[in-house]
Amino acid sequence: MNLDIDKLNVKVGFEIHQQLSTSSKLFCSCKGDGSNDEGYDFNFIRVLRPTKSELGDFDKAALFEHAKMNSIKYYSKVGYSCLVEADEEPPHEVSKDALETALLFSLALNSNIVDEIHVMRKLVIDGSNVSGFQRTMLISTGGYLEVDNFNKIGVQGICLEEDAAKLISTNPLLKEYGLDRLGIPLVEIALDPISGTPAEIVNVALTLGRLLRSSKRVTRGIGSIRQDVNISVNGGQVVEVKGVQQLSQLIKVLDYETKRQYGLIKIAEEFKNRNIDDSFIGDKIEDITSLFSNSSSKVIKKILKDPDPIINCIRLRGLRGLIGYEPVKDVRLGKELGEFVRFFGLGGVFHSDELPNYGITINEIDSLKKSVDVSSDDAFIIIGGNREKISNLLEPLIKRIIQFKYGVIAETRSVTLDGTTIFSRPRPGSSRMYPETDIMPIPVDRNLLDSLKNKIPLPWNELIKGIMKKYGLNMKLSEQIFDSDYYNLFERLLITNPTISPTFVASKLTEDIVSLSRNNLDKDLLTDEMILDIFNRLDKGLITKESIILIFEKLMKKDCLSVEEAINSLNLTKLDDTDLFSTLDKLFDDNLSVIREKGPNSMSVLMGKSMAVLRGKVDGSKINDYLKHKLETFLNEGSSPSPSS
Amino acid sequence: MTRNIDLDSHDISDKNYSRNSQKFLNKFKVSVGDEVKIVTKKAEFFGIILPRYETFSDKYIVLKLKSGYNIGIEIENIIEIINKNVDHLSKKPITKSDPSDNVPVNDDKNSRNLFDKMNSSKLLPKILLISTGGTIASKIDYRTGGVTSLLTASELYSAFPELSDYGYIYPEFLFNEYSENMNPHHWSALADRISFAISNEHYDGIIVSHGTDTMHYTSSALSFALQNIPIPVVLVGSQRSSDRPSSDAFSNLVGAIRFIKDTRYSGIFVCMHHNTSDEVIACHLGTRVRKNHTSKRDAFKSLNGMPFALIENSDIKYNKLLHNGIQRVNISKNFTSRTAFSDKVFLLKFYPGFSPSFLENFLQMDYKVIILEGTGLGHVSKDCFPILEKLISSGIFVFMTSQCIFGTVQMTVYDTGRDLLGLGVIPLSNMSSETSVVKAMWALGNNTGVDDFVRIMKTDYSNEISNMLPLV
Repeated sequence: MNLDIDKLNVKVGFEIHQQLSTSSKLFCSCKGDGSNDEGYDFNFIRVLRPTKSELGDFDKAALFEHAKMNSIKYYSKVGYSCLVEADEEPPHEVSKDALETALLFSLALNSNIVDEIHVMRKLVIDGSNVSGFQRTMLISTGGYLEVDNFNKIGVQGICLEEDAAKLISTNPLLKEYGLDRLGIPLVEIALDPISGTPAEIVNVALTLGRLLRSSKRVTRGIGSIRQDVNISVNGGQVVEVKGVQQLSQLIKVLDYETKRQYGLIKIAEEFKNRNIDDSFIGDKIEDITSLFSNSSSKVIKKILKDPDPIINCIRLRGLRGLIGYEPVKDVRLGKELGEFVRFFGLGGVFHSDELPNYGITINEIDSLKKSVDVSSDDAFIIIGGNREKISNLLEPLIKRIIQFKYGVIAETRSVTLDGTTIFSRPRPGSSRMYPETDIMPIPVDRNLLDSLKNKIPLPWNELIKGIMKKYGLNMKLSEQIFDSDYYNLFERLLITNPTISPTFVASKLTEDIVSLSRNNLDKDLLTDEMILDIFNRLDKGLITKESIILIFEKLMKKDCLSVEEAINSLNLTKLDDTDLFSTLDKLFDDNLSVIREKGPNSMSVLMGKSMAVLRGKVDGSKINDYLKHKLETFLNEGSSPSPSS
Repeated sequence: MTRNIDLDSHDISDKNYSRNSQKFLNKFKVSVGDEVKIVTKKAEFFGIILPRYETFSDKYIVLKLKSGYNIGIEIENIIEIINKNVDHLSKKPITKSDPSDNVPVNDDKNSRNLFDKMNSSKLLPKILLISTGGTIASKIDYRTGGVTSLLTASELYSAFPELSDYGYIYPEFLFNEYSENMNPHHWSALADRISFAISNEHYDGIIVSHGTDTMHYTSSALSFALQNIPIPVVLVGSQRSSDRPSSDAFSNLVGAIRFIKDTRYSGIFVCMHHNTSDEVIACHLGTRVRKNHTSKRDAFKSLNGMPFALIENSDIKYNKLLHNGIQRVNISKNFTSRTAFSDKVFLLKFYPGFSPSFLENFLQMDYKVIILEGTGLGHVSKDCFPILEKLISSGIFVFMTSQCIFGTVQMTVYDTGRDLLGLGVIPLSNMSSETSVVKAMWALGNNTGVDDFVRIMKTDYSNEISNMLPLV
């Protein structure tokens, strides 16, 4: 089926979360750059409970999380987390550096900075925040971003908040988190919903990302920028997809969600056509465990092995055929419900539209229909597992089915590696927010704002022009180096090694690393320190330009663990001139017949053969100069000149 | 029901904005809780006017935006405030249904009726929960901007509905004080209330929710005031406020209830986290516990030994060394209640450079007891000797405790100690200085004779003194 995006009126709103590169965390003095996971020093266990907002409400999302709550184990490393992260001490003052950066972004996006900033607690009780809330503050509202093909894209708001703890592992009994990432400052920028082609929409994210990076106050690399994407079709409910890390993934997510939401609208239409009342859903729930006690179905057998197992059948009046109805490929109520119950730790559901199957026999179904009084118009769902788990699940599951009557359900979904989305929780409302009483409101000082005016990050095109001018790079290379993870390193390299050509450095850091990465080599193995070391050696004349990509390759392949080792294993110690010239002279003499035959055109053959022997040990240009001179002299004089001439 | 905090409570909205900003709100005929549109020089905002902490600058109005964020808007920038409330009669913003409406227990009467009807097949302890304030019963206070004790015990109970799985709780509000505001009058009132419950009501145990700062003083006070108490009385606090999902309030409370259900012992105890994890709750003897950290969950430590019991997930481990004489007494005939306290006791910490002339002041004041918190084994500078001698001969009792916190005062080891003993300074063994102060207040409040007073101070009444310190 070809979905007409225009007709569906797909609206996409971005929320970009960008980690800031500050010297400390947002509310304490711990290191703000995350650890390299070299072991933790300490761990502890906590349990979280939902609390009411100051308006007296429980948050839906928070209650939902609590329903499936277990213990959480946190790992702490000295220097990367302290009593603040462990929620054993009140937060310290907001990092000035982080606040200044958030204000700069607000200024760059023409956003109205609030007069007084209030730090809030946003309830998050999935364990990713030790306290049970994420501290966040609204810095500014309104404003706009200028993007090609769009006029101005409205900014809804800009917030400064703390990053969550890093999930290490999860199982039904225990979640484990590392605290090193918790509290690293993030700026969240929410844009107005827009419509456009996927490419245009991706370009919006790219433009915003570039603006942030141009401040040089943000961290780079995977995980340092995350997009939450709010997607709605036909003005329906908004689905928030969390944690899109790469732009390539974004296109897949848009495609998947558009289809899914379109399918759900079709399913809702069918509900309407059939005039299904809420009371039809789950009007009868029966314990049918005994019917299956001798079942030969493997899945059923597995369920019956659970501690205190129960199998329930839920009758859905008038829904026959609707659970398996697939208006769009792979979009079915059955699939959505399976996803939902898996979230509660069950394997999945069986439903009437797919049975008999999975070893469940027609006889078993017949006796089930009799027992639960299922007519030919009715559908049913079978769920099984631990009695307590099932009893906790029944009500939310029935509510969930009823919600599908209304089409797309406002909820938060998370993205999978292949760009599909899965249910993660209901959308949180404003009642998840209450004031962080440990921190006084922060008045925004006009003097501070004035002093920031000349630090505002430049728009993209101006920035690129600046790079072109400063380093003499062409536009393409300027863009590439800026978009890469190496721009800061590039600038550092040129300060420490001023004699190296910026164009050369930029092309090594972009084209070479990209081409090696395409061959599935791991660029993360090549650290900034290694790259600095390599260029340092080049600057000192210890290695040649040609050797750089070879060293990169060794390191990215994990053949070698240090630059020194790579150079030794490649035998890249630079030749001195005497050795070089005698090698070249010998090569020249060995190829005299070719030279005589091809004359000046033999140069390429000579170069090729020389480089095969000397690559990485001598600059190609030096070989070229020597051979060219020698060839010219030879051809003019008809004899080989002496090396010393 | 008054559980919602209290945007709609009468006394807050008027007080919260100080004069200047309140006038401004009046000008636009809006007040706290109103849904408004605020037009400023830069933008328009929609939201609910929130109360503002009294201690904050007077130049801003606090607005809760639809997104849930609060912002401060400078009055100077406001052009107009438009009230969006159509129905002014029901202007409180809290109209949504409250999930905790299902919670059956909301006030004392209800709870009693409810428990009467409840299926009593569950063998759950019947517990009186006396609320005195503090972080365990705390919420956000817009008046000061800080966390404050606003929850009554019944509010606490409704905030933790699962408590009903552990015991029948009869919540009762006694007073609402930060623990730093507690004084001996509060101790007396609390002891009297407990004493009344022992004599006239039939509980399996009593829990006192208390601010943590001075909880160990109160636990000492109750330990002395209520001798031979037939049931366990457990003081419970929380170091991290109960308005946060990570609060230790609930697990400390559950620990206390489980202890009451399980234990064969009676007395005054304190239940708090044993370490930073939510797994083990330590139960300390009321006279042997001290707050040793400003903010951590495991701030309370037993002095000179392990806690009385460790309440773990699966069972409760008792510390055998501490069990003598606190077996639960089923008949309350030995129970004595002496709940008076005198405030004529001074606690003085010695430090290098302390000026002895300061002590001269005591000659003019009516303090009857000075508890010295000396260095090491129980010392103060020899410069203090002459005035100490004067004070003692004027009739003031001078006792010695150690600022080391752990260990026993032993004044026979060094000259200084021996000299102080010679002057009449009385060592208090391994009683903590905090417990010593409370004990002196109690002994002074309930006894008159000089000899009796010194004897009481030196005698172990409630496990405050130990003859044998374990090697832990």
